[in-house]
Amino acid sequence: MNVIVCVKQVPGTNEVKMNKETNTIIREGVEAIINPFDTYAIEEGARIKEETSGKATVLSMGIPSVAELLKETISVGMDEAVLLSDRAFAGSDSLATSYALSMGIKKIGDYDLIICGKQAMDGDTAQVGPGLAEKLGIPHTTYVRKIEEIREGYIRCQRMTEDGYEVIEMPLPAVITVVKEINEPRLPSLKGKMKAKKTEVTVWTADDIGADKALCGLSGSPTQVVKTFVPEHNVDSEMIEGTPEEQARNLARKLLSMQFAIQVQEEE
Amino acid sequence: MDYFLTEEQQMIKEIAARIAQEKIKPVALKYDEEGIFPRDIVKILADSDLCGVYIEEEYGGFGGGIFEMALVVEELSKACGGIALAFAGTGLGTYPIILFGTDQQKQKYLPDIAAGTKLAAFGLTEANAGSDAAGIQTTAVLDGDEYVLNGTKQWITNGGEADVYTVIACTDRSKGARGFSAFIVEKGTPGFSFGKKENKMGIRASVTSELVFEDCRIPKENLLYREGMGFIVAMKTLDRTRPGVASQALGIAQGALDEALKYSQEREQFGKTISSFQAVQHMLADMAIQIEAARALVYQTCRYIDGGAKSFSKESAMSKVFASDTAMKVTIDAVQVMGGYGYMKEYPVEKMMRDAKITQIYEGTNQIQRNVIALEMIKELKGK
Repeated sequence: MNVIVCVKQVPGTNEVKMNKETNTIIREGVEAIINPFDTYAIEEGARIKEETSGKATVLSMGIPSVAELLKETISVGMDEAVLLSDRAFAGSDSLATSYALSMGIKKIGDYDLIICGKQAMDGDTAQVGPGLAEKLGIPHTTYVRKIEEIREGYIRCQRMTEDGYEVIEMPLPAVITVVKEINEPRLPSLKGKMKAKKTEVTVWTADDIGADKALCGLSGSPTQVVKTFVPEHNVDSEMIEGTPEEQARNLARKLLSMQFAIQVQEEE
Repeated sequence: MDYFLTEEQQMIKEIAARIAQEKIKPVALKYDEEGIFPRDIVKILADSDLCGVYIEEEYGGFGGGIFEMALVVEELSKACGGIALAFAGTGLGTYPIILFGTDQQKQKYLPDIAAGTKLAAFGLTEANAGSDAAGIQTTAVLDGDEYVLNGTKQWITNGGEADVYTVIACTDRSKGARGFSAFIVEKGTPGFSFGKKENKMGIRASVTSELVFEDCRIPKENLLYREGMGFIVAMKTLDRTRPGVASQALGIAQGALDEALKYSQEREQFGKTISSFQAVQHMLADMAIQIEAARALVYQTCRYIDGGAKSFSKESAMSKVFASDTAMKVTIDAVQVMGGYGYMKEYPVEKMMRDAKITQIYEGTNQIQRNVIALEMIKELKGK
């Protein structure tokens, strides 16, 4: 069974710098890591491949340096790595990204399952997985926490919800996005690292995958980021010390003095 | 300091470091306190292909030497010197087979050890035979196609957990040091059982047990090398694995310095972090100097051995003495830098100080090592 795992590079720090003109993240010069949610997608892809003796390909879109990150995924179970890299892809929103990835997937071809992390740690949109499925015209399930059964042309999985889970069956090929509950990603092995060292990452441009440049990058992105900011928290807080009884009494007094509560009984 | 490791050695170090920091560190305190043998960590080491770094490629290993083994031990020991011993103790038990085993013996035992599905142990010490190995009471008597073993080995690392044991026994009392032989004994052999499990000061996540042989019959093919060569097997093995103990000590010391340095930048007294006080700075600097010197000696000794040196008892002993004395001193100072917190079990340096002590004692006390070093020097001078 052949699996394609889509991953995204995200800044490895909390200090994200923004391009003031385009309001997009500056990725150059910042230590990049693979989006943590995608590491679960990699692990699940590796397991399916090992159990069904197929092939696992990791796919990403990004700047040339992402190739190094993709190489690392070879040491944790991926067989081949493909990077879509072209100036035409710069500034892609989730729609343009879904389009480019779908064109890359068509070129890779012969796949049974596509796995993505549930969302990226930087953008948090969770749209690319489902978007990809729509572009490819295949079914998808998000927030998968367990694959109950997978075989030729069929998958049954558990989709996590706020208060439980749903069991969903789909024909293959299909797209799933996974949550961290699905597995525990392995650490790299020595043989894996040796293999990664020898692996060449395939790099494709927009032309290589036959992409319509009008649908790529900024021009293919209807989403315009007007402003990005960290919401300010101007709430004062005060810790009330003491025994539970004292804390309760002091809290009650404060609420009363601020007229957030009314007294119905005299204090003892 | 850049020691110009090969790309492969760098990979081994990185993998071991991740396992240590992500998998061992979170459980080190619990396993120490409850004396839990780290089966789960052994599985992770196996999955990461680290168990066979020092085993020849044709027997399923990576083809490295004592340096590759030492790099793993050092990284694991930064997080827990006890847990690291499941790996290092296996190395000690396996080296007699690597050095003296026949192709058949290697084919039989090494692939499983390289894959991490089997652990090994080395049985030399007895109640009356420690530094003076000639006092060994365990006997092996040839009876037809089998050797019959009787006796008790004491303080055996991985005892009970290991599957393959290399054991030294007396085959001919009249020949003195030439009367000992080395054998491979498999767990589960009738007449082979495990005695008392020791309650230790440190390295508590490592198991230390007695090996009890009562008319234990093993096939003749399990003799390692030749009859009468047991003492040579033991000494040559220990010469080669001592840098393993040294690297365990080195890892413990580095782990302690890392903790003390971090703490010194968090702890504030008199309105400043304690790392801004010269008294603390000098202690940290001294710790770092000693560790770097120990690392340089240990790494160079490993390279010397792996490079094909013929005789290296002296160098191997020096690396063990220097690194273990350093570990003891550095861990004591780490506790001192951290003051009251350092003395408490919630902080890891208390455990590191307990763990460090054994490195001055086992695989030959540091006093015996100094004897070896001095005797080698005298021998060299006479040879000139």
